[in-house]
Amino acid sequence: MAVKTPNNLVYERPEGFTDAPTHYCPGCTHGVAHRLIAEVLEDMNILDRTIGVAPVGCSVFAYNYFDTDFVEAPHGRAPAMATGLKRVLPDRVVFTYQGDGDLASIGMGEIVHAAARGENITVIFINNANFGMTGGQMAPTTLPGMKTTSSPKGRDVETQGFPIRVAELLCTLDGAGYVVRRSLHDPTNIRKAKKAIRLAFETQVRGLGFSMVELLSNCPTNWNLTPVESLKFVEEKMVAYFPIGDYKVSSGVAQIKA
Amino acid sequence: MTREMWEGNQAVAEAAVRAGLEAYFGYPITPQTEALEYLSRRMPELGRAFVQAESELGAINMVYGAACAGVRVMSTSSSPGVSLMQEGLSYIAGTEIPAVLVNVMRGGPGLGNIAPSQADYNQAAHGGGHGDYRNIVLAPASVQEAADYMGLAFDLAEKYRTICMVIIDGSIGQMMEPIVLPEMRPVQRKDWDWATNGTMGKRPRRILTSIYLDPVEEEETNLRLPERWKRVQANEVRYKEYFLEDAEFVVVGFGTAGRVALSAVRAARKQGLKVGLLRPITVSPFPAQIVEKLIPQASAFLVVEMNTGQMLEDVRLTVKNRVPVQFYGRLGGVVPFPGEILSEIELMVKNTPSVDEHPREAWFERMMAAG
Repeated sequence: MAVKTPNNLVYERPEGFTDAPTHYCPGCTHGVAHRLIAEVLEDMNILDRTIGVAPVGCSVFAYNYFDTDFVEAPHGRAPAMATGLKRVLPDRVVFTYQGDGDLASIGMGEIVHAAARGENITVIFINNANFGMTGGQMAPTTLPGMKTTSSPKGRDVETQGFPIRVAELLCTLDGAGYVVRRSLHDPTNIRKAKKAIRLAFETQVRGLGFSMVELLSNCPTNWNLTPVESLKFVEEKMVAYFPIGDYKVSSGVAQIKA
Repeated sequence: MTREMWEGNQAVAEAAVRAGLEAYFGYPITPQTEALEYLSRRMPELGRAFVQAESELGAINMVYGAACAGVRVMSTSSSPGVSLMQEGLSYIAGTEIPAVLVNVMRGGPGLGNIAPSQADYNQAAHGGGHGDYRNIVLAPASVQEAADYMGLAFDLAEKYRTICMVIIDGSIGQMMEPIVLPEMRPVQRKDWDWATNGTMGKRPRRILTSIYLDPVEEEETNLRLPERWKRVQANEVRYKEYFLEDAEFVVVGFGTAGRVALSAVRAARKQGLKVGLLRPITVSPFPAQIVEKLIPQASAFLVVEMNTGQMLEDVRLTVKNRVPVQFYGRLGGVVPFPGEILSEIELMVKNTPSVDEHPREAWFERMMAAG
């Protein structure tokens, strides 16, 4: 094994990570999303004052991987727990990491009201169009016609309703300072996602209100696709229904963005 | 020490503030709402956290979050709201962190009504949410006691890293009585060795969770909880005794039912009947030791509740049919009058019930016969 030197070092484990290997499936973008958050917390030098809130879903064990204080919320309630933490520890940085079952289904009440109150928290929202941990059931974000274990003939919008575009929904709330959607399907988009995550945490640190980055993600295991095919699916199908973009950048946040 | 007129809900809220309450999260529900309203003004005035949550689910999970930070935090609610909170309460119990909840009980089940009731005894004293855990449950019988026990509730919750519930009912919550409020105590944010308040570069990171995927680890947690509960049972049982020294007949009642029963016991004493009252303050842990101590002198027990006999089962578990037990309950928001309980005392003295008949069955027959 070659010795790491500053000259050949191009990639290493961020300081914000523990040594634990993740439990995520091969090819899953949860690992990428985790890495981006850890890098941003390290870059901003706020690891020691950050408290994470893990959800129920595939990322239920997120707390094993980040080298920060962490709590584990009931399904969907992460924004409420984060509210409790942030209100009594206003100088700490509090973020939630939530999937689409957690945030957009059972936790819709909590996320909408946290955003409406303008809670100074950051939400990283992983949209992979299904309930991953329980084995690939239909989520509020499942695309029309998409087959899941609970929509075996494909999501029929007549009886199973339409997908929820969370970023577009939350951006109408005045408490939201920064609400954007990014995708993790290729390196260019991953770099853009990191920038957005940075800005979301900057929004919180400067007390500019609620911030959320929705990340279009894959689920090769439950989608029955290879990792590469699943990224193609994100690029072609997910982005078409859930357009990448800045949905809310308040005037205060626009100033730090510039 | 000024005596002032205070409404129960507001007294509970102010007493919590004086006990160092740093954060309150709640949702409007009758007959509890005045506590929320009072704190919406009082907490910001002191620079402390107040949020009117989007629901009781939101409120209890905000409590959960603030409790993880290691501060004194509480919510108040009433029966249907407390049902919604059971999810969060189970998680708080599983995470083994302190939190205080006041349940101003009202008639149920379902939407029920907004009249005083004690129908949530089992929910409070025997679990409530999923999983195997116990809450410490305090049952004040007056506005003064409700105010007095708020500080105790926080102390106990922190001492045992557990939930402490204070159960009152619509009458204690909404009536005004002259009381002396506890002294203002300064907020003391303790440096708990479990709190997730940011490492600040001074310690290894901490995790607070209620998930133990390995069944062996979960079993260890499930053993740690009763181990702690044994210490609670050994050290924290509290109750009030009235005229018990020479009592041959013992009335048992908590909260409002216990208070009304005291009037009946006093009236019975005037008639020369040797009756006393045991009023549990901690209904959980239940004061089984004192019930046991009374068995040799008691010809019979009369349990009075505003439900169909929930604490009755805890009394029976201790008495074990060695002495007859009689039951009297009013339901659905109806509060018994002292005269009704006096009649029950007279019945018990004149016609000692049989140990063979279940007290609930006998009471039910009397209720139905009375129409």
